[in-house]
Amino acid sequence: MPLVSTTLTWRDHLGTIGARSGYYRSNYKVIPGLYGIGRPGLDSPVLVTANYKLSFDALRQVLPGIDAWILVVDTRGINVWCAAGKKTFSTDEVAYQVKSTRLAEIVRHRELILPQLAAVGVAAGRLRKACGFNGIFGPIQAKDIPTYLHRNRQADEAMRTVTFNTGERAVLIPVEICLLWKPFLAATAVLFLLSGIGPEVYSLSAAGTRGIQALIASLLAVLAGAVLTPLLLPWIPSRQFWLKGALVGGLTAMTAMAALLPTTWTADLPAAIALVLWAASVASYLAMNFTGSTPYTSLSGVGLEMRRGLAFQLGGTTLALGLWIWSAFA
Amino acid sequence: MKDFRYIDGAAILRLDREACIGCGNCVTVCPHRIFRLEDNKAAVIDPDGCMECGACATNCPVAAIYVNPDDGCGCAALIINRWLSRITGKTVSGCNC
Repeated sequence: MPLVSTTLTWRDHLGTIGARSGYYRSNYKVIPGLYGIGRPGLDSPVLVTANYKLSFDALRQVLPGIDAWILVVDTRGINVWCAAGKKTFSTDEVAYQVKSTRLAEIVRHRELILPQLAAVGVAAGRLRKACGFNGIFGPIQAKDIPTYLHRNRQADEAMRTVTFNTGERAVLIPVEICLLWKPFLAATAVLFLLSGIGPEVYSLSAAGTRGIQALIASLLAVLAGAVLTPLLLPWIPSRQFWLKGALVGGLTAMTAMAALLPTTWTADLPAAIALVLWAASVASYLAMNFTGSTPYTSLSGVGLEMRRGLAFQLGGTTLALGLWIWSAFA
Repeated sequence: MKDFRYIDGAAILRLDREACIGCGNCVTVCPHRIFRLEDNKAAVIDPDGCMECGACATNCPVAAIYVNPDDGCGCAALIINRWLSRITGKTVSGCNC
């Protein structure tokens, strides 16, 4: 049985950065099976987790001084909650790992401690019939497990309530940005092309100077939609994400352009409006997409707000591009 | 999670109190604490706090809870792909989350 450490090495930390930045997020896995922490024995608790290495690391890191078993189920390298939602972290998969690791011969008790968020996919009550073990739901966060074990398997309301504090929102930002580079490059290419259209039919120098202004507006949109909106989420007015993004995008573009491109603002109002509208529309979309990363937005709600959001974003982009081209002739 | 509220009246969650046997599984697993046992049966005390994760329905032994069954993380990209697939007839590959 492989024994694992409760201390993360520099390679683990480097791996965390790689996964969090999206570089190999979808292929950061632990081999499913049974692992030991400390000096586990016949009566040591069995903690179940997903085979996403960030989940596994989060769990083992909080267990210094505790003798326990970690049962890693095959979730295709996806975290506990998302895997449970996709039903790869399921009753059947847990039962399968219990049997294939022959857990019944390794421990004397018949209890599996499951992460609470796995409840989306695991029906704890069906486990006994499926594999002979009883499933109970532990706390949401790994960090609460020592207290949970110490209190004789009691999780209080705080341990059972999902949170979304500033730190938890901040770690999501790198992936939001890193997954953007392809559409961002495509949009930038189109913007540079459009920026050259003008009274002289096509001007390369205009494509350069106006293209850079458009690029700045796009960068501001990413800043607003993928960085500021997640960070400032609870303080931005409106519950709908497309509106939050549009507000932050519009405001960021207006203030930044007043500072960076003051001449555009005063000399060429239509162009300035076009850029602000572009930033607001793009930020609105990025913020709307962030609903997928939050732990409190219902799919029904997202469907509702997307009808309005997409109308604003499509209308806003069309108007912005139209104004942008028109402003070259005005 | 009281500081984060989403659109009221949007989430689809139905609890059949007649069928409920009061086991309390839903109370335990809900990450937004929207259930409570009242008179030995579950009650939804905060319907607008529901994010449709479906943990309660999965763990209800008598299938007394119905939650919007569309699974998925709810990012806009996935929903757009689904809408497009309805038009084109192609199957969705899902998003990256």
